[in-house]
Amino acid sequence: AYKRFSELLPKEERENACSARVPKSQILTLPELRANPFQHRICHVFSTSETSDDSMSFEDFLDMLSVFSDSATSDIKSHYAFRIFDFDDDGTLDRKDLEQLVNCLTGQGEESRLSSADMEQLIQNILEESDIDKDGTINLSEFQHVVSRSPDFASSFKIVL
Amino acid sequence: EDKEEDESKEEDNGSQQNRASRRKNYQRKNRDGKKAREEGSQKKDRGKTAPTKDQKGSENKEKKTTKRGKEGENKQQKDRKNSNSSASSNSSDEESLSEEELVMLKEQVEQKKKLISTMRNKPWRMVKKLSVLREAQDFVEKFEGALGKGKGKKLYAYKMMMAKKWVKFKRDFENFKTQCIPWEMKIKEVESHFGSSVASYFIFLRWMYGVNLVLFGLIFGLVIIPEILMGMPYGSLPRKTVPRAEQATAMDFSVLWDFEGYIKYSALFYGYYNNQRTIGWLKYRLPMAYFMVGISVFGYSLMVVIRSMARNANESTADGDDENFIFSWKMFTSWDYLIGNPETADNKFASITTSFKESIVDEQESNKDENIHLRRFLRVLANVLIICCLCGSGYLIYFVVKRSQTFSKMQNVGWYERNEVEIVMSLLGMFCPPLFETIAALENYHPRIGLKWQLGRIFALFLGNLYTFLLALMDDVNEKLAEEDVVKNITHWTLLGHHNSSAGNDSTVTPPPLDPADVPRGPCWETTVGIEFVRLTVSDILVTFITILVGDFIRACFVRFVNYCWCWDLEAGFPSYAEFDISGNVLGLVFNQGMIWMGSFYAPGLVGINVLRLLTSMYFQCWAVMSSNVPHERVFKASKSNNFYMGLLLLILFLSLLPVAYTIMSLPPSFDCGPFSGKKRMYDVIQETIELDFPLFVAKIFSYVANPGLIIPAILLMVLTIYYLNAVSKAYQRANAELKKKMQMQREEEKNKRNNKAGTNPMLQDLEDLLTPSTKTESPPKEAEDKKRESLNGTSPVRKPGRGEVLAGSPMASGRGAAFIPPSQVFVTQPRTLGVRAPYPGQPRPWGHPLGPLPGRGRGQPCY
Repeated sequence: AYKRFSELLPKEERENACSARVPKSQILTLPELRANPFQHRICHVFSTSETSDDSMSFEDFLDMLSVFSDSATSDIKSHYAFRIFDFDDDGTLDRKDLEQLVNCLTGQGEESRLSSADMEQLIQNILEESDIDKDGTINLSEFQHVVSRSPDFASSFKIVL
Repeated sequence: EDKEEDESKEEDNGSQQNRASRRKNYQRKNRDGKKAREEGSQKKDRGKTAPTKDQKGSENKEKKTTKRGKEGENKQQKDRKNSNSSASSNSSDEESLSEEELVMLKEQVEQKKKLISTMRNKPWRMVKKLSVLREAQDFVEKFEGALGKGKGKKLYAYKMMMAKKWVKFKRDFENFKTQCIPWEMKIKEVESHFGSSVASYFIFLRWMYGVNLVLFGLIFGLVIIPEILMGMPYGSLPRKTVPRAEQATAMDFSVLWDFEGYIKYSALFYGYYNNQRTIGWLKYRLPMAYFMVGISVFGYSLMVVIRSMARNANESTADGDDENFIFSWKMFTSWDYLIGNPETADNKFASITTSFKESIVDEQESNKDENIHLRRFLRVLANVLIICCLCGSGYLIYFVVKRSQTFSKMQNVGWYERNEVEIVMSLLGMFCPPLFETIAALENYHPRIGLKWQLGRIFALFLGNLYTFLLALMDDVNEKLAEEDVVKNITHWTLLGHHNSSAGNDSTVTPPPLDPADVPRGPCWETTVGIEFVRLTVSDILVTFITILVGDFIRACFVRFVNYCWCWDLEAGFPSYAEFDISGNVLGLVFNQGMIWMGSFYAPGLVGINVLRLLTSMYFQCWAVMSSNVPHERVFKASKSNNFYMGLLLLILFLSLLPVAYTIMSLPPSFDCGPFSGKKRMYDVIQETIELDFPLFVAKIFSYVANPGLIIPAILLMVLTIYYLNAVSKAYQRANAELKKKMQMQREEEKNKRNNKAGTNPMLQDLEDLLTPSTKTESPPKEAEDKKRESLNGTSPVRKPGRGEVLAGSPMASGRGAAFIPPSQVFVTQPRTLGVRAPYPGQPRPWGHPLGPLPGRGRGQPCY
């Protein structure tokens, strides 16, 4: 991982890779992240940068890999998945987050987009299923409840370098 | 520090190990440097000894360590040890005063240890994890020494050190093990291009390779090598010599290719082995070994398959049959994060979109299905068609095998006639699955169900073919058995005649032995069966490889290069690139393994061929997939279908056990070939060994045990045990369902309450919000522990929402006591623990959840 990380750095910074930060654009060139529709979110969630430019230090990078590794518990995985899906960082998944999530999942192509009626229906269904306290949003515990039941969440929510 | 390395290992588990070691080194340096500095500063704060020098030194070193190698590291470790020991001695001087303090200290140390071990389960930042971890470890290290009293201290320290060494050793060993897993990188590469489902095939292939390697070791080590080393050499016995009539052509390639000639009379086949009881100076009991190995091949395979099935079943603890969250699952868990290839990602997007659309349509039309009759009719029609296909293929094989028997009696038959059976079987295996797929399009099933049906049908086809083949072979065997009697007499008379003629000439001289090549011999049905299986396997291998080469590679080359000068777009249009057919490949593998199991008793060399096949197909298929296949149109995830493969394997293992067991138990072995010749049945070899090689009482015990009077009760006992266990598991299932229902009811109740309460006055909600956090204060010890840690470590950057709430809430609700005094009558009727809350703006929500099947649900989750 260290090697991979330092490869992202420009040559002159390699010496002290542990303290340098890698800009977002560099992180996104990782082949493991390149095809991921949530790449921006992942960068954002795991970045500790004060200037909120989503750059990553080596520790952030490690952080990310440990969450996506095999041996992370599903509790941790679901916690981070929740934060990745929470597009506006307000601690709940509301309708807008869900809509954005669906758009991420269906890709950029125009023909693959869902129509607005379908979208409405879909979000309605999701909220019906998993919004236990009926407040119109999905909070972390509801999310974890749903995801922990899923048979293949833990096996698909991982990245291997 | 241990923990930290665990961390790094956990991230690297799958990836290259050289990286890991490099990184580890780096981390250690980094960590050590920080640690030393921290310690130094701590000491300074306490105002004990003046460690400024120490601190400076460590700081200097830290700078250096980034450049320097192990030297610095070693020094630093020494340094650290020194400081540690001094610190601990200091502290022990101080702390060895009173008993209570000691007890308290012990508790604290225990807490810290617990914290260290649970660290991994907390969703914290790495920085924070590291700092907390370091602190806890420092604490433990410092005060652990103080706990042991007097003399015990040294021993205690020693124990601790050994424990650490042991942990380190275990970790190194684990690393070594992961490094030893073959093809890990190849599989990862495939996984990143094609998603986890294709990779699951390769993992299955690798597993199969491992199993076959063990079988190969068993057979080669215990049967073939002893026979070659210690058995009678080639040409010494009739069964080990090519007959005179065949000797002229025995080395021709075309003959060898059919596994006749020299190959037929080699240690690869059953007939070569002699029925001598012991061979060589070791007195190795070869027939006995042969029999035991034949049995243990099945025993081992059964054990391995069942064990891995049980492991898989244990892993899938999540109840996959829960139909409550279809949409949410599709939403939250459909993305396969392993996908790193843009093409695959595009396909995945498409498949997710269609699955969304499908499920929406399903939801809309779940109750109104107008043309259900048409669909039913089509499904019945499809099944009838497929059954016709199956019967037709079965009959075709039977017919062909029968015909081949007549061919084998005729002279000078062509290449086609000799290999007709294999060719027909391979062609059927090649063309029937696509046919089934076309027919299955009529049925209009959901693709996942469709895949299962398809698998089942292909499996039935293969199985039917295999069994017709076996039945026809059985006919053949019976014929040969009849023929054998005749030959036996002839052989007898020939030998006798030879003897007589030589005796007549000169009665004093012993007759010159008949040349082994001239002795007439029986057909040796065992070798025939073995040859059939080997031929089938080899032709199967060839067909598989040629299919891949032509169907995938040539096609891909054609599409890629002819595309420049063609009238339509080949890549997007008709031929396009091939997809990797998971189900077909898995079934082919399973079917092949079944043949290996069946044939290995009569052709011990078959397992060797199979090992070679698996090895080459691993590389070949990896290459073919990466070079010429495109990812699936619909990207399936490899969910819990592994047990499905295993189930198929178990079934085929059982089915292949049956014919072998039948032939062993009820057919007489050939009289002049194989390790069991001359006996009535093959299992007589066990009785013989028991009678001749064991003391008498063992034989007696065996005869008692083999008595039906004992066996029948034993079987009965087993059946009863199975029944009992089954009943118990059913009871558990019922209990499970009951609990689930209860949970659902609770949720419904909660929902109703929630809906009712939405209308009532907001005052109650406010009160309730004050209530619930205070109940949280006595919730799990983890929380308390966190807090304690926090109070120790005032600089911790994390703010606990739960705690803040408590602080805010407690003055108003007059402390914790409020939790036990219901403020109004409304709350008495309501179970407090259910904790139904309204969204309360401006206050972080406590995450306590009544349903929580997850551990640690009640704990406040830090929110960044």
